[in-house]
Amino acid sequence: MTVFVIRRFLQSTAVLAVTAVIVFIGIYAIGDPAEMLISPDASQAERAQVVASLGLDKPLWEQFFTFAWNALHGDLGRSFVFNRPSIALIFERLPATLELTLTGLVFALVLGIPLGLLSGLKPDSATDEVIMTGSIFGFSLPSFWQGMMLIMIFSVWLGWLPSTGRGQVGEFLGVHSSLFTLDGLKHLILPAINLSLFKLSLVIRLTRTGVRETMPLDFVKFARAKGVSEKRIVFVHVFKNILIPLITVIGLELGSMLAFAVVTETIFAWPGIGKLLIDSIMRLDRPVVVAYLLVIVSLFIFINFVVDVLYSMVDPRVRLGGAQ
Amino acid sequence: MTARALFAEDMLLGRLVTGIGRSPKAVIAAVVCVILLFAAIAGPYLTPQDPYDLAVLDILDAKLPPGSESMGGLVYWLGTDGQGRDMFSAMIYGLRTSLGVGVFSGIVALIVGTVLGLTAAYFGGRIDTLIMRVVDLMLGFPTILVALMLLALLGQGLWKVIFALILVQWATFARAVRSAALVEKNKDYVEAAVTLGISTPRILIGHILPNCLPPLIVIGMLQVANAISAEATLSFLGIGLPITEPSLGLLIANGYQLLMSGEYWISVYPGVLLLVLVFSINIVGDRLREVLNPRLGER
Repeated sequence: MTVFVIRRFLQSTAVLAVTAVIVFIGIYAIGDPAEMLISPDASQAERAQVVASLGLDKPLWEQFFTFAWNALHGDLGRSFVFNRPSIALIFERLPATLELTLTGLVFALVLGIPLGLLSGLKPDSATDEVIMTGSIFGFSLPSFWQGMMLIMIFSVWLGWLPSTGRGQVGEFLGVHSSLFTLDGLKHLILPAINLSLFKLSLVIRLTRTGVRETMPLDFVKFARAKGVSEKRIVFVHVFKNILIPLITVIGLELGSMLAFAVVTETIFAWPGIGKLLIDSIMRLDRPVVVAYLLVIVSLFIFINFVVDVLYSMVDPRVRLGGAQ
Repeated sequence: MTARALFAEDMLLGRLVTGIGRSPKAVIAAVVCVILLFAAIAGPYLTPQDPYDLAVLDILDAKLPPGSESMGGLVYWLGTDGQGRDMFSAMIYGLRTSLGVGVFSGIVALIVGTVLGLTAAYFGGRIDTLIMRVVDLMLGFPTILVALMLLALLGQGLWKVIFALILVQWATFARAVRSAALVEKNKDYVEAAVTLGISTPRILIGHILPNCLPPLIVIGMLQVANAISAEATLSFLGIGLPITEPSLGLLIANGYQLLMSGEYWISVYPGVLLLVLVFSINIVGDRLREVLNPRLGER
């Protein structure tokens, strides 16, 4: 177990290093770093100072170590627009994004698992056909367009829910979140649905496949022969077996939801890191863009690492099977 | 191409057509796909106006609701946008761009992925390990994140978007080709070909590749749908295609601001077209997967 954790940890570190190199090449080798990292309206003296502090007059490999060293110390440059450390801006907005992502994930699971069970238990029935076609529809629907339709229907036509912002943020046990106020919850519903729809389709499909693969197995037949009720077979015996692949995929999809939050946050003007990224790209505020990329990749690699370790605890074959 | 390869393709084509034919849903979707493809190719001959010829646009026609008549007697069945452009014409041109970008990047990614996948499978060893490590790394990150990273660093542009889409897609093809080719590699016909002294490239392309086609076709369909969707998303966010190459995603983004004030058609119709396009490709792809290989991944 320890060996597996250490090996996975080393792999994660390697991936992070590779990404840092790619981002570094992206800024330094392809573009002009002075142009990318120095504000266009900086004076000549300020320009010279930044060039010196970033070591842009030194050889490339030395520059990379300066970049990596600064990054490891949490120094990813100052935002041109806010004139504050870009990393601080990211961490300020991160809770809003996490709140949105987790709520979306809960939506996807609460709706997706029952629908997938329903579909998988009666394959090729009319219900199955409707749910499966619906799920193809779910991931064909471009996320941004679906968000616009939600706004049009529920905000513009029906006027039930607000379409922009995070609403009032409440505090509970020292945690600030929109989940703790009614106004905040109202603001959260549409963006969370928007973010969850794509994953909902995935959860439905995974659950359906799991049920269809597990139902014909011997232990199910045995449970039936033993006289276990059908309800218990599905919700206890079969369900446990579906959970394993579901946990892995959900863990991995959490990372992709964090990335997709960029789209949702832009449409619903949700003040998270995704909106910050798009705003920063538009304002040419590059230090924030670089900080976003490194933070999101680190977060993503961290999630992958945790999922792998959890998975190896649930299913020992993973760690015994070697690297592949 | 050898006779054997052609024969295999014939059998494959037959299986594909009958497979689609048995599902009414897939038949409808396939017909829609063909119609849209035709509309995209024949675009300029179908549209009542050239939506990007500023000489024919009249600002007085701006934001007309669907069914209105222009000063010149032309009927705008789907309304006009903020510059007085016929929405139907703009959508057909947008479809050309969207489909073009999606199909082109899909094909290039397919070629790159196939070459690398075949190489990895056939030679094995270190080459295989190296290629598959990169594939794992690529597949570890969500498509949209990689594309966002790339475009955030490179800036927007038609070829940059195509490059980003190729970069996020090739790994999927490489992995599928590799696993199919690994199975084929150990079959007797390959050994026979080696014994006959046929050159390695010919064995790979003429003998192994045709037998790896089924999963490639399915993944190719689904990837094109994904690419179209991803391009639309990036363009909507304002970091994809520039305003000079208006795809469906850009049309939707342009109409977004007007949506709130009730001019729904500028955004909604391109959105419906995009949805129909991606949905039909996905339905056909899903059906093909069931026909060719029921155990080909979850998506």
